[in-house]
Amino acid sequence: MATYQEFIQQNEDRDGVRFSWNLWPSSRLEATRLVVPVSCLFTPLKERPDLPPVQYEPVMCSRANCKAVLNPLCQVDFRAKIWACNFCFQRNPFPPSYAGISEVNQPAELMPQFSTIEYIVQRGPSAPLIFLYVVDTCLEEEDLQALKESLQMSLSLLPPNAFVGLITFGRMVQVHELSCELISKSYVFRGTKDLTSKQIQEMLGLTKPSVAGQPGHPPAPQDAAASCRYEGVATPHLLLSLSELKLFLKVPLFKMAIVSSLIFRFLQPVHKVDMNLTDLLGELQRDPWPVPQGKRPLRSTGVALSVAVGLLEGTFPNTGARVMLFIGGPPTQGPGMVVGDELKTPIRSWHDIQKDNARHLKKATKYYEALANRSAVNGHSIDIYACALDQTGLLEMKCLSNLTGGHIVMGDSFNTSLFKQTFQRVFNKDYNGDFRMAFGGIMEVKTSRELKVCGAIGPCVSLNSKGSCVSENEMGVGGTSQWKVCSLSPSTTLGIYFEVVNQHNAPIPQGGRGAVQFVTQYQHSNTQRRIRVTTIARNWADAQSQIQHIESSFDQEAAAVLMARLGVFRAESEEGPDVLRWLDRQLIRLCQKFGQFNKDDPTSFKLSESLSLYPQFMFHLRRSPFLQVFNNSPDESSYYRHHFVRQDLTQSLIMIQPILYSYSFHGPPEPVLLDSSSILPDRILLMDTFFQLVIYHGETIAQWRKAGYQEMAEYENFKQLLQAPLDDAQEILQTRFPMPRYVDTEHGGSQARFLLSKVNPSQTHNNLYAWGQETGAPILTDDVSLQVFMDHLKKLAVTSSA
Amino acid sequence: MNVNQHTPMASPYGQPQPGYGQPAFAPLDTGYPPPYAPYNGPVSTYQTGEQPPQGHGRAPPTSGPPAPQAYNQYGGRHQSDVQNGPPPMTQAPARPVVSQSYNQERVNLSGPPSSYPQHYGSPPAMSHVTSQMSGMQINSGLPNTAGPGYAPPHSSKPPVSNSFSAAPPATYTQALPPALSAPTQAPPTASQQYYGGPPPSSQPPFNSSLPPTSQQPFTSPAPPPPSNQPSFAPPPSYSGPPPAQAPSPSMSQPQQSFHPTQPAFSSAPPGSFPPRAPPPTSSQYPPPPTSTPSGQYPGPLPPQQQPPFSSGPFPPRPQMPPTSMCQSNHLPPEPQGPLGPPGPLQQMPPPQHVMPGGYAPQQNGAFGQVRGPQPGFAGPYPAQPNYGAMGPAPGPAPSTQKRLDPDAIPSPIQVIEDDKAKSTEPFSTGVRGQAPPLVTTDFHVKDQGNASPRFIRCTAYNIPCTADMAKQSQVPLAAVIKPLATLPADETPPYLVDHGEGGPIRCNRCKAYMCPYMQFIEGGRRFQCGFCSCVTEVPPHYFQHLDHTGKRVDFYDRPELSLGSYEFLATVDYCKNNKIPQPPAFIFLIDVSYNAVKSGMVGIVCQELKALLDRMPRENPDLDSTVRVGFVTYNKVLHFYNVKSSLAQPQMLVVSDVSEMFVPLLDGFLVNVGESRQVIESLLDHIPEMFANTRETETVFGPVIQAGLEALKAADCAGKLFVFHTSLPIAEAPGKLKNREDKKLIGTDKEKSLFQPQVSFYNTLAKECVAQGCCVDLFLFPNQYVDVATLAVVPVSTGGSVYKYTYFQAQSDQERFLNDLRRDVQKPIGFDAVMRVRTSTGIRATDFFGSFFMSNTTDVELAGLDCDKAVTVEFKHDDKLSEETGALVQCAVLYTSCGGQRRLRVHNMAVNCCSQLSDLYRNCETDTIINFLSKYAFRGILNNPTKAVRDTLVNQCAQILACYRKNCASPSSAGQLILPECMKLLPVYLNCVLKSDVLLPAADVSLDDRAYLRQLISGMDVSETHVFFYPRLLPLMKLESGSLPVAVRASEERLSKGGVYLLETGLHLFLWVGANAQQELLLNIFGTSSFGQIDTTMTSLPVLDNPFSQRLRDMIDSFRAQRSRYMKLMLVKQEDRSELIFRHFLMEDKNASGGASYVDFLCHMHKEIRQLLS
Repeated sequence: MATYQEFIQQNEDRDGVRFSWNLWPSSRLEATRLVVPVSCLFTPLKERPDLPPVQYEPVMCSRANCKAVLNPLCQVDFRAKIWACNFCFQRNPFPPSYAGISEVNQPAELMPQFSTIEYIVQRGPSAPLIFLYVVDTCLEEEDLQALKESLQMSLSLLPPNAFVGLITFGRMVQVHELSCELISKSYVFRGTKDLTSKQIQEMLGLTKPSVAGQPGHPPAPQDAAASCRYEGVATPHLLLSLSELKLFLKVPLFKMAIVSSLIFRFLQPVHKVDMNLTDLLGELQRDPWPVPQGKRPLRSTGVALSVAVGLLEGTFPNTGARVMLFIGGPPTQGPGMVVGDELKTPIRSWHDIQKDNARHLKKATKYYEALANRSAVNGHSIDIYACALDQTGLLEMKCLSNLTGGHIVMGDSFNTSLFKQTFQRVFNKDYNGDFRMAFGGIMEVKTSRELKVCGAIGPCVSLNSKGSCVSENEMGVGGTSQWKVCSLSPSTTLGIYFEVVNQHNAPIPQGGRGAVQFVTQYQHSNTQRRIRVTTIARNWADAQSQIQHIESSFDQEAAAVLMARLGVFRAESEEGPDVLRWLDRQLIRLCQKFGQFNKDDPTSFKLSESLSLYPQFMFHLRRSPFLQVFNNSPDESSYYRHHFVRQDLTQSLIMIQPILYSYSFHGPPEPVLLDSSSILPDRILLMDTFFQLVIYHGETIAQWRKAGYQEMAEYENFKQLLQAPLDDAQEILQTRFPMPRYVDTEHGGSQARFLLSKVNPSQTHNNLYAWGQETGAPILTDDVSLQVFMDHLKKLAVTSSA
Repeated sequence: MNVNQHTPMASPYGQPQPGYGQPAFAPLDTGYPPPYAPYNGPVSTYQTGEQPPQGHGRAPPTSGPPAPQAYNQYGGRHQSDVQNGPPPMTQAPARPVVSQSYNQERVNLSGPPSSYPQHYGSPPAMSHVTSQMSGMQINSGLPNTAGPGYAPPHSSKPPVSNSFSAAPPATYTQALPPALSAPTQAPPTASQQYYGGPPPSSQPPFNSSLPPTSQQPFTSPAPPPPSNQPSFAPPPSYSGPPPAQAPSPSMSQPQQSFHPTQPAFSSAPPGSFPPRAPPPTSSQYPPPPTSTPSGQYPGPLPPQQQPPFSSGPFPPRPQMPPTSMCQSNHLPPEPQGPLGPPGPLQQMPPPQHVMPGGYAPQQNGAFGQVRGPQPGFAGPYPAQPNYGAMGPAPGPAPSTQKRLDPDAIPSPIQVIEDDKAKSTEPFSTGVRGQAPPLVTTDFHVKDQGNASPRFIRCTAYNIPCTADMAKQSQVPLAAVIKPLATLPADETPPYLVDHGEGGPIRCNRCKAYMCPYMQFIEGGRRFQCGFCSCVTEVPPHYFQHLDHTGKRVDFYDRPELSLGSYEFLATVDYCKNNKIPQPPAFIFLIDVSYNAVKSGMVGIVCQELKALLDRMPRENPDLDSTVRVGFVTYNKVLHFYNVKSSLAQPQMLVVSDVSEMFVPLLDGFLVNVGESRQVIESLLDHIPEMFANTRETETVFGPVIQAGLEALKAADCAGKLFVFHTSLPIAEAPGKLKNREDKKLIGTDKEKSLFQPQVSFYNTLAKECVAQGCCVDLFLFPNQYVDVATLAVVPVSTGGSVYKYTYFQAQSDQERFLNDLRRDVQKPIGFDAVMRVRTSTGIRATDFFGSFFMSNTTDVELAGLDCDKAVTVEFKHDDKLSEETGALVQCAVLYTSCGGQRRLRVHNMAVNCCSQLSDLYRNCETDTIINFLSKYAFRGILNNPTKAVRDTLVNQCAQILACYRKNCASPSSAGQLILPECMKLLPVYLNCVLKSDVLLPAADVSLDDRAYLRQLISGMDVSETHVFFYPRLLPLMKLESGSLPVAVRASEERLSKGGVYLLETGLHLFLWVGANAQQELLLNIFGTSSFGQIDTTMTSLPVLDNPFSQRLRDMIDSFRAQRSRYMKLMLVKQEDRSELIFRHFLMEDKNASGGASYVDFLCHMHKEIRQLLS
């Protein structure tokens, strides 16, 4: 399998694609029998330092419903200057610019190593990046101060030509005008009133009778872009009032200028308002309305978001923009209210939700979903930075980020390094000095005839593009071959699910290959529009004759993550136990299909190497917070799931099955089993669950540390031992987004629970004595251990009745 | 005064005329009930007896005064009458006769009044005198005019003077006594006395004068009039005294008698009177003859002025009759002050003569004649002829008959001056049912148990005991209450009483507050309520022993036991939500739309506010005001400002969601001026700058008030909003309005809808405002229709004010606006007020007029109540009242002071009750009645066609007067117009009300103006309505330091081409410059001697270093200081286009929109009365 592993690795490195199966069963029937669908994890913007974008436009198939991009898999007739589309077999002439094409003079897109290629599209204007801060002011003084500082700091991280805007909210929502010269000015909205986008724009003075962009016909991107182009013209008008601008409205020539100057009142290039905004942020005060005893502050998050979305809709539709929402508590009034302002009414828990006792849940969720959809349509993403000890309503608001590709960051306070550094990391730059973010992505999937696409799971919304390659069978967000991903980072990964539609009686010729092309258009952070095209092909295999081959082409890591995504996706809408049962059944069926066993003899059960880890992944997945809500608040569950469905394979796997490293005097650090047996007194453990980074000092180590041996010169090595996991953790902390919660604990420490809850409870209070004390730490749990799980699995897999 | 009209016409004319004259007098005299009765008597007699002669007399006068203009209505007849005027002279003889008869009658009248005298005591005398005076004036006025013309009368004057000396003293004493004594009996005596002494003298004068006059008349028309007048006058006014004197000049006679009396009473009167009267008269008269040329104008004018004044004084002297004579008389006696003016006047005289002829006739004849003509020419004429037969009259008589001599009809000026002359001593309120001096009189008040007239004025101080009587008389029973009125510096503001934690002591049943009418019984352990008679225990802490008279020992230590007005400190029980209120807040909401900025309003407001911040109302002048302030600007959207002291710069918060208004911030919006001064000043500097280039023309209005209201709600306090607004709110928002100004509706049944608010939104809003104690003051700067009727709903319902500056231009209107604003911000004000009027059993407050809101039928709720707001309360009987106990009224106003203290201000008022209608008519106050009627009518137009409202008014007044005529006046010819002394000005004032822009708009009066006036008047007190309806017109030819020139009647005829006049309405101030004004005068005033160089656009007079200019400017300043609104000075040059506006305020003249002249209206009234009587 080494070959397959290399192949997989190579594919991932080159194309950012991990398929569950690297050989595809050649018929629908066989494909269904494989249990795990043909699917892939695709990282559209996988960083490719070695892949310079080409400066021309892609050549596309001329068939109207195909439009596939010329790729290395196409057959080319160099003499006739004709190429055949490998998806629809349409023969297309090369465009005139390809006149010089020949076998020795091929364009990049025809070279096999360019199965992934990026084009820079020159046509159309480039749009600015937009950052709209939506800030909750119902915060503790300390928190607010920290947040203000973070925001002020962030101004220095933004590209100078990026546009910024500021909305603050508490009981009221204030949209701050940034262009005012004399005194600071803001537009205020009542926090309890649900306003339509049109109303908001009217109230902000953004719609003038004859201004471009009638409702229902939002100005095309170029309009917004034009506003930039006309920036020079518009700026002088900044000082003019709206009504003055009215005069210009009659002059079409100035139309754009007007649009932009309207926009400029609330969104301004950073370099222009740097000082203003810094001052403004500096003067930001806590919400001045008194909060009576026994009440929560009134927080109009819903309206604030609505205003933010409305503002962007009216000014920069179809332009990359980030709404960054900073909240310190749940929305307590108006539309999108999550909990009332009475402190005696606690915010909903999973228990309440299961009992259907969460009054505001449905309404709020619906409200935020509507907002998220509107936002997604316009290509604006929404980030949520929720820092509070209690829940902040992420459950209801998660869709804002999930559907628009925004981030969710959850912390205890804005005054923590977790938030500060995470926030800073949002503005990380890549090797080119560009932000690791892209906007307005539209990903299209094209498949060869035998394959259809069922859906995608990730931070995307459907664009409802029904094409010939769209399957009727939906998995995840389906029914389309195009998805919008409003915000993309190099690690954003979607799970894409396919269906083999080739009928059993229509065998594919030997050596036939199925192909999938991913065409991702997006706005690069340097404002260029780009198109990245990834074309991959896999061989068809007859499942009956080549089942071994297929089995060995199984990518169990990818499959685990893909199945997990399906599970999480289901968990969003279904009851937890149902999802677990579904997962179990899939696992059992897979084991039945590929396991080697004698009927009804569990002990005879064996799995090939390519599947050997899969059950273990499933075991941890079942225990993961993605599917288990016990001990998690609804917000936490939402938060975990949010990140699970967007991270790449490696991170996803870490989430499913945390990594455990052991440090000891016995040797170099080594990964150890995520098992209670790994918890030993003389070890330091470093566990990375993606969300937490736990350093656990074994009992002995802890005692030594307490005794201060590390301070003594003669125990330098102990000091080094203590330092080693810290260094490693630091490394992870440096790169991970969002920054994980960093926990430094020891045997018996209260925070050791983070570790204990993750490890396989191979030793519990039930079997403690059977295992012997020196071989690990018992976990006080009734959860089944991996061993028990496997035993059951084997039993079920081999039973004839299954 | 009875005016004989139609019937009298022919014969009546003669009669009527006399009637008029008489009526005037009678009324005056009667003003004090007693006189009335007597007068009536005489009048009637006069009419009958004299009629013929009168007729003649009148006829002539009328004709004399070419007054025809005024009489236009009357048509040619009048004119002819006027011409007749001169002839009247001949009539004179007849008059004597009349007068005689009068005497008798009068005597009778005086008899009944006997009771009065008592009341009046010595002071009463004064009042009587004044009343008489006034009556006299009227008469005199008439005579005077005539007199002037008569210049010759001088000769007569002497006699007059004689009569004065003799008669006066006698009259007074006599008069009083007679009044007291049985009418009949007394009268005779009185009359005898009066006449006895005076009469003879007077008569002689008359005779002499008359003859002379007549003779003179012959020479000049003027003389005749006098004769006529006399005849008329005598009957009416003289009824009592005059009769003897004045058979003909009765008018003058009475005056004479009065004069004497006055002098007798106090030196002051004589002094004052003499000066005024004399000068004019003297000057006039003397000059007249000579200066005849001076022009009719001057002539008339002087006469007018003089007459009034002089008339006051004159009256004493028989002058009147011999008007001219009188003048002369006056002159001799006291050419003094008045003389100054006389100068010009003197010149005038000549014209007067001419005029006089006209006027006199008018006066005398006018009444009679007018009526006559109306009824039927034939009739009147014939009658006249008869009279005429007497003398040369026949020819002229007819003309005279038609016209009433404006000088012969009751003159407001005369009445006012008489009252002034009479009121020389402080008015003490201790006597129940005592009518206070007129609002035009400057007097000092001593609170001795009843509220000062500055707080409460009643329409009647002696009210009928039964509902039937009240209904019969139709005299409205109402009180105009101005609870927080500002008192002059020399009067003590109400004391603050603290009854401790239990709160004010109140009656258990009716909840009336402790007051002087509570009777302590059982040794002081209990008290009996004066209102409901319920007996209540005295709380131990309030117990006090009684002295031998049953008074509490601490009577004089406790304001609530000894005073009519005082304040209680309210306890927490009297507070909203049982919470001590927060100090109030002022919120300034400034329109910053294009028009507002362009007109300069925004800049001016902002600039001024900076200064005003230091002058917020405060209770303790030494401390900073506790009033917090907030600022909002708006156009289509609202901008709130955060001016928290900790901010370096103010912050603007824009609220565009006007559909549901809210306050975007709490902390930092309402701030303490001291703490946030820097930020506020910065804001006020910035506002004009920020909106300097705005192009936004649309505005909202409803949300603006909502914003202020919400802010006050959020801050949990009461307060006041100052809204500076420019245009019709057409932007999409609650309370959005349409332009509905449709001139076509005017005069139709739908006209009323124009006065109703266009949408109900503002009514609802007003209710909410009141609930929160949010008072709204609206400053409007419209360039076009803004629908004041709708916009004013909230201000009016919340006790706020509306100010309107149409076509506001910074340069010319700034001063007015700023002064209004300053005053408005600084004036004492109470918030969240509730007013309750309690009355003794038997009557009940049934209706309220003013700026307030009522959620039930008894509580007047005022979000804000300032020192300028008056509430008119109407009372109705629900049971019988008793004459012994009288009727009590207690007005309690619970309010939050500007310092946040909850207080109760209590005003008590006791009035007499009567079972005789004559008592009622003797104790009425016409100014207050007019106040009530106007408010009643102006509210009526909301629901009724304007015409119907006008008719109702006329009808009610006719009934009032008819009732008097029927029940109180002595029998007389039906053709005679007899007016009660107290109400003799009712017709002229009523005519002013009818002619007001609200009820009878001129073509150029916008709907907004009418709506504006309508609401303005609803909150006016008596003095404001008085000057508003009958503007004050002061001749400026000669100014004395220390005293104002005597006003002249508001008629164009009184204007002299050579003069300069100041006209004040309380809202407007005009300086009218005659085309031939003396150069010196112009030089003194304007610094230029050329009429042509006077710049009519100037809004203030140049500051010149001469005493005249100084005095004039001081005068103007003092006028402005008197009024609650700053009056912009408008310069009007004679025959300039702007004169039209000015003429609009000459209320005695016919106006362009169809309003009747005084004379015409009087005739019309008479007709109405006659119809009622028949």
